[in-house]
Amino acid sequence: MASGPGLESLVDQTISVITNDGRNIVGVLKGFDQATNIILDESHERVFSTKEGVQQLVLGLYIIRGDNISIVGELDEELDSGLDLSQLRAHPLKPIIH
Amino acid sequence: MLFFSYFKDLVGREVTVELKNDLAIRGTLHSVDQYLNIKLENTRVVDQDKYPHMVIQCVDYNSVFSFCKLSVRNCFIRGSVVRYVQLPPEGVDIELLHDATRREARGG
Repeated sequence: MASGPGLESLVDQTISVITNDGRNIVGVLKGFDQATNIILDESHERVFSTKEGVQQLVLGLYIIRGDNISIVGELDEELDSGLDLSQLRAHPLKPIIH
Repeated sequence: MLFFSYFKDLVGREVTVELKNDLAIRGTLHSVDQYLNIKLENTRVVDQDKYPHMVIQCVDYNSVFSFCKLSVRNCFIRGSVVRYVQLPPEGVDIELLHDATRREARGG
């Protein structure tokens, strides 16, 4: 059967992953598999809050298990660098409830 | 299989995917796979003010309307987290779907 939309086109690109617990992790996609397990290099987490601007926590090389992934977004680096994260306020994302 | 084939036919349409964490993303259906993982292009978040997580820059035109450039344009959504896929009514042939599901129910 056709494997359809793989993450192949996103390898070596900067991506933004939203996990099931509502975390947002940005990094370079190095590898993936059919279960959507992901290898993310140079990753950092962006913590949103309603009180202060966005916090960035450096993580390094991560493997994220596919079970925990909800969205993998292709990040447009130019646009993203124009973001003023200190001004951004948001409620944290809700967790995934099956 | 039925819905996999159905979504394959809907490639190119504007759809809104609502996730189990209440996030709703609108975009053009680019591709789908056997797990019903969905790839969307030209994505925008519905209710952007509440969910600026994929947003880059908001320009506020005197609060009359604000324009937001998204730093995430294309995204891959895992099938397991989709709650709804909202389709354009013109894109749906109810009779065809009805027949197909009846056949599937009989054969399955």
